[in-house]
Amino acid sequence: MKDLTHYKTPLLPTAFHARTEAANTLHRWGAWAGYRTALCYGDEAMEYTAIRNAASVYDLCPMVKYRIQGPDAAAYLNRLTIRNAARLTPGGVHYTVWCDDQGRVLDDGTLFRHGPDHYMLCSQERHLPWLLDSARGFDVEVAEITPDIAALSLQGPCSATVLGIAGFDVSTLKPFRMATHPFQGATITISRTGFTGDLGYELWMTPDQALPFWDHLFAAGTAYGIRPIGTDALNLARIEAGFIITNMDFIPADQAVREDRSRSPFELALDWMIDWDKGHFTGRRALKSERDNGSSNWALLALDIPGNVSAEGSIIYHAKKHEVGHITAAAWSPSTKRSIALAQVQRKHMAGRDLWVEIYALRELQYVKLMLPVTVCERPFFNPARKRATPPGAF
Amino acid sequence: MPSSDVLIIGAGVNGLACAAKLAGTGRRVTLLDANPTPGGGMGTTEFAPGFHAPALAHLVSGLDPRVSDGMDLARHGLSYHPPLSTSVLSPDAPALSVLNGKTTGPDAAAFAALHRKLTDFARVLAPFRAMTPPRLAGQAGQEWAKLARLGIGLRALGRADFREFLRMILINIADVATDELTDPRLQALLSFDATLGSWLGPRSPNSLILLLNRLSMGGAPLLPKGGVAAVAQAMTKAVEAAGVTIRSNAQVTQILIEADRAAGVALADGTNLHADLVISAINPRTTFQTLVGPRHLDSGFFAQTRHIRSRGGAAKLHLALRTAPGFNADLRSRLVIAPSVDAVERAFNPVKYGDVPDHPVMEILIPSAFEPGQAPEGQHTLSAIVQFAPHAPKIGLEAARKQMLENTLTVLETHAPGLRAQILHAELLMPQDIEFRFGMVGGNWHHGELAVEQMLFLRPLRQAAQYATPLPGLWLAGAGSHPGGGINGAAGWNAAERIIKERA
Repeated sequence: MKDLTHYKTPLLPTAFHARTEAANTLHRWGAWAGYRTALCYGDEAMEYTAIRNAASVYDLCPMVKYRIQGPDAAAYLNRLTIRNAARLTPGGVHYTVWCDDQGRVLDDGTLFRHGPDHYMLCSQERHLPWLLDSARGFDVEVAEITPDIAALSLQGPCSATVLGIAGFDVSTLKPFRMATHPFQGATITISRTGFTGDLGYELWMTPDQALPFWDHLFAAGTAYGIRPIGTDALNLARIEAGFIITNMDFIPADQAVREDRSRSPFELALDWMIDWDKGHFTGRRALKSERDNGSSNWALLALDIPGNVSAEGSIIYHAKKHEVGHITAAAWSPSTKRSIALAQVQRKHMAGRDLWVEIYALRELQYVKLMLPVTVCERPFFNPARKRATPPGAF
Repeated sequence: MPSSDVLIIGAGVNGLACAAKLAGTGRRVTLLDANPTPGGGMGTTEFAPGFHAPALAHLVSGLDPRVSDGMDLARHGLSYHPPLSTSVLSPDAPALSVLNGKTTGPDAAAFAALHRKLTDFARVLAPFRAMTPPRLAGQAGQEWAKLARLGIGLRALGRADFREFLRMILINIADVATDELTDPRLQALLSFDATLGSWLGPRSPNSLILLLNRLSMGGAPLLPKGGVAAVAQAMTKAVEAAGVTIRSNAQVTQILIEADRAAGVALADGTNLHADLVISAINPRTTFQTLVGPRHLDSGFFAQTRHIRSRGGAAKLHLALRTAPGFNADLRSRLVIAPSVDAVERAFNPVKYGDVPDHPVMEILIPSAFEPGQAPEGQHTLSAIVQFAPHAPKIGLEAARKQMLENTLTVLETHAPGLRAQILHAELLMPQDIEFRFGMVGGNWHHGELAVEQMLFLRPLRQAAQYATPLPGLWLAGAGSHPGGGINGAAGWNAAERIIKERA
């Protein structure tokens, strides 16, 4: 029998722990998928500022990763996910979603195609049983490789410049593409992806490369204000980018206890990904029926709210009277200078007419109730051109 | 251009019934069967030169009256011997004879009363067999009129009997038998009959409901004239008269799918057949796991089809005998060897662990005692269903078959001394053999265990309980669907009625 001591280390250190721990002056740690992750290293505002104005480094190691490999890998992923994984070319990355039989979202994630028969799927939650069940009848191997890969997210206007100084030329790398680069006798993979809605890269390596790479990267970025960032700052950036997070903006269908909690891709505004022509995929018949019958119940809205008090957790009313939805993520957005929110609203109200949000604003130990009109707006809230420019601008 | 409107896979009792009903509506129906002759489990085997035995089923509990009347099977040559009495064998005394509720001995009155009560309950439940299972989901297309009739039937029991019905409906047969009877032979007979063809022992929860199910199909067991194969022959004549095309030796290897709809089948010989509807009257697990495959089914559903429980515990014994076996009973009856409730339970216990029971229990029929031609003049054929046989024997199939045969013959010898010396040839089909010959997954007669958790709207699975499947154009009509197996035809008939109602 295995030595059962796992309970003594409920949160595992990541491959970068020696460096993140040293940098974490607040010792503000949180749990992420079984790992210890920094919520804030010292100053959330400075960390956020690094994302938008310099170069920020976020430890991605805890992100759940699966290797999907075999002759049927593309066919398998096309049955699993709603998007067309066969059309993703090797070296490409796309955002994707997978559903249960009822067409309810199990999770979203990013799919990396390393080769014709080799993919990596990254997600927030763990799904190995579902992925293995789905693999029956396909010539494919699915394995969780979370501990086998160390990864950092380098985000911010100066990220390409810092990589250049570190010896990695990413000037021709387009968004959602990846390439390998030599590093100290081995290689690392750099993808132009991220969760900040800004210019940025994700850097993939083996755990033994983690610490030397961290030191190398920070040495290269010193002059550009490189700093490690925690989840709090990242969360602010992702709200500005309009990205949703599993178990924060929706409950995965396999975890939902209440019958009305699961969501379809239509209800999360993810239906643009559905490839109706690629053949069957899990949930297709249910989704087709939902589309044809217009039976979606919810809509994901991006909201602009007056004032500067975050509407986090607030309830949305129609005509100030009837509850018709709720805010799932909200923040005062430093980059756009407005109060923004992501919301789930009953679909019949998705046009946003006469919608109000009730905010409890805490002012010196007393809540003040605000009833504010909301305006539906475009996502992303913050969408800088530097995010897409190739070659990236020299900041 | 489709060659037919409907393709039905599997010409067993349900495939034949379904074909007849659908052909009656003017649809062009083609019935495909992998074997040289239609009938599935209703066949005959010449297991030794001159010795014929029922290939699998050797008695029927009663065809669904909608099937026998609707197909006019009497006109097509089906008739029965008088209902068989059952002889519960004892090694050292004359057998106890039982016919319906009538028997002798200390428990005669109690047995009659119990039989009457169970028959009443069975009568109340019988309408369930003749309808699409109701579902809890909204818009499930409930058959409200039939459900109402069922409810009225239940109410008609009266308060006391209804209360008794609720007390007993999910009980185990061992409790019923020991509560209400004292004669171990009758206790054992009930235990044996309830668990015949199941993966349950008498003390397994819910075993009574299987006895009620059997009673709701009819009373005493019936032997068709010409054997069970005569049912297949009459049904075959009936469907041919109704215009159904039967293709024998047509092994379906794949269900063809076009535009997310079942559009036909591919045969082993390379032929593709097209139709608007494809109906599978074979095993549901095989249908989804093999014929459809994962690429056209949702992950969750496909995984669930693999887990339809389908363990078979029955072995089939065929003996060629030099002379009449020396049972101390009427050979023109159904002979049961089941000494006690515990004996049936002890025969079940080992198979849970993949072992062979030391003293199996069994139901024996001597076809040659009823009709000439089953065995050479003066000689006899013995057909027996022997329980319980492990579907996954630890010691391997060959060794388990040998041991099962040896243990069975030892039991037989104690009830018919000298029988072993009379044997010219012996054949024992283990559950795996039955699976191989008849396509019954796990060797389970019902194409999926018949147990409360796999009944009604859970049979074979919630998503396919009303004969329609998640794949448009593909329907189920076999024993794996409600109300299960046996030589009865209700599942096939119900499926056809549902297809007609849904205008599929």
